[in-house]
Amino acid sequence: MSKRSTTIYWIGFSLILALLIVAPLVLPEFWRRFLTEILIWGLLAMSSDILIGYTGMVSFGHSAFFGLGMYGAAAALLMVKPPNLWLAIVYGLVGSAGIALFVAYFSTRLRDIYFAITTLIFSQIFYVIIFTWTDVTGGENGLTFSRPALGIPGLFSVPFSSETLHWFVLAVVTTSYLILRRITQSPFGMVLQSIRENEGRTRAIGYAIERYKIVAVMLSGLFAGLAGVLYAIQNRFAAPDFVYFLVSGETVIFNVMGGIGTLVGPIVGAAFFLLLREAFSRFFTEYYLIPVGVIFIAMIIFMPQGLLGFMRRWLNQ
Amino acid sequence: MEVISDFFQAIPYDQILIQTLNGIVTGMILALIASGLTLIFGIMDVVNFAHGELFMLGAYIGVVVLATSGSFWLALVLATLVVAIIGAALQITTLRPLIGRDPLTTILATFGLSLVLQNYALWQFGPVARKIQEPITGQFTLFYLEYPWYRVLIAGLSAAIIGAFWLFLKYGTYGIWIRATTQDRVMAQAMGIPVPWVHTAAFAIGAGMAAASGVLFAPLVGVNHSMGLDWVLKAFIVVVVGGMGNLGGSIAASIFISLLEAYASIWVSPAQAVIVSFVVLILTLLFRPTGLFVPTPK
Repeated sequence: MSKRSTTIYWIGFSLILALLIVAPLVLPEFWRRFLTEILIWGLLAMSSDILIGYTGMVSFGHSAFFGLGMYGAAAALLMVKPPNLWLAIVYGLVGSAGIALFVAYFSTRLRDIYFAITTLIFSQIFYVIIFTWTDVTGGENGLTFSRPALGIPGLFSVPFSSETLHWFVLAVVTTSYLILRRITQSPFGMVLQSIRENEGRTRAIGYAIERYKIVAVMLSGLFAGLAGVLYAIQNRFAAPDFVYFLVSGETVIFNVMGGIGTLVGPIVGAAFFLLLREAFSRFFTEYYLIPVGVIFIAMIIFMPQGLLGFMRRWLNQ
Repeated sequence: MEVISDFFQAIPYDQILIQTLNGIVTGMILALIASGLTLIFGIMDVVNFAHGELFMLGAYIGVVVLATSGSFWLALVLATLVVAIIGAALQITTLRPLIGRDPLTTILATFGLSLVLQNYALWQFGPVARKIQEPITGQFTLFYLEYPWYRVLIAGLSAAIIGAFWLFLKYGTYGIWIRATTQDRVMAQAMGIPVPWVHTAAFAIGAGMAAASGVLFAPLVGVNHSMGLDWVLKAFIVVVVGGMGNLGGSIAASIFISLLEAYASIWVSPAQAVIVSFVVLILTLLFRPTGLFVPTPK
């Protein structure tokens, strides 16, 4: 049985991946871009699922990691000539990992609500710094830059088209998903899940749970930073709005809507949220958050498992 | 010696005095918001993310009532009552079904509420900030500044509301119900206290206090749809620094943090002065996670 359902899982995975690969060839420009954006936000949401779903710590500060990824990429693209894609990724990851280490060191001493509030406050600190340090970060206006070319140094280099950008993002997100899935099933991931289930007992067995939590926050921050880099490359700007805590809140919304503890759930949640936004902004224009917020509250009350929650065991096998 | 006397001469004493006054005024407003927040947290473990939006709604209702009736005091009373009723309705519809679930779900639900309320205000009232006229316009001279009496009045009124609330908790029958529910929900229920309704009432009182502070504060900055965000963050900091669910602690922390921020803004811009309160929060969490103003637990 278990073997058979594993096969079904991989067949489903390949089918969805194949659909996502073909999608940009058939979709019009707007939806192509939309799909790429869903993948990027999905990666951000997936990164925070490591904390929310697997370790049981709700982070309200993922905007900081995401934003630092963006600004790290911006730094690489603006300072190094010619702009290099891989360097942007490295800068973004280093930036977000550094911040994540700092945040993790302080916030993992706290639990539950206190952890959520501390991460929120940390992200606000970075928001204030980025917002007020106009000389370096461009302040309120943010930074604009040009998109680097897709290439491997010495081999080839082509400018991004919207199809290749989509495939690149898809490749990064799929790889991240496979890595994160592997991590959650590794002994390390098991310890994280046992922290979620019973922290005291995990400590009693002899695991240094503080260290595990710090690594979990760093890992999560690293992938959130990667999402930030991708977003920066897609949109060619970095702005303080993306460090503001509303982005963190939306990340948590993606998780809850899609189903926490499933990794793919958050991507589905992001897709669902962005589609709702798209649909409602036709009628409600910029006030789309009124109906979307009501739907979100209703889902918390009546559907706490989220859209994919019922598949949780199956997805984690 | 020269250096030391230079240092003392370099301290801007007049500015420090002015900032002390400013700090106390904002501290009292913050205390009014935070005591509602801490009441709600203490009694039902709900971290109310929508508290800033209740503050903002109070200010908007104040604007509307003031425009139709022309009386600031009527606006203050009506805004408080209306927002208290809205708060009760929100509690019954969204938070009551979540009783007994993980406290984190209430953060998410109230975050959803805050998004809805904020965008509703934007939709109803538009993005342009509204002004509320100060009910009294007198000023007194403080060094080189004309300091408005209204600010002093705000501090006094906030203190009076908090004092009345404290007396109500201490001596009122319903206040005793609230305290009993905070201490032990199950035992209170066993004693015949209608716990679900106490929750609703506590949420309504907290919402009303937020609305009152919204109306009081509105003449200083103007009313817009996102005014609640800054305050709710500050109120969170205060509630954590003061000790979750500890009324006296959060009042002390409000004044403490507002004073620090006011002093910091002598040297840096107000936007950066906010970092001071963040730092206080982080230090508190590291060294006294239960709050600055409560005895260390044994």
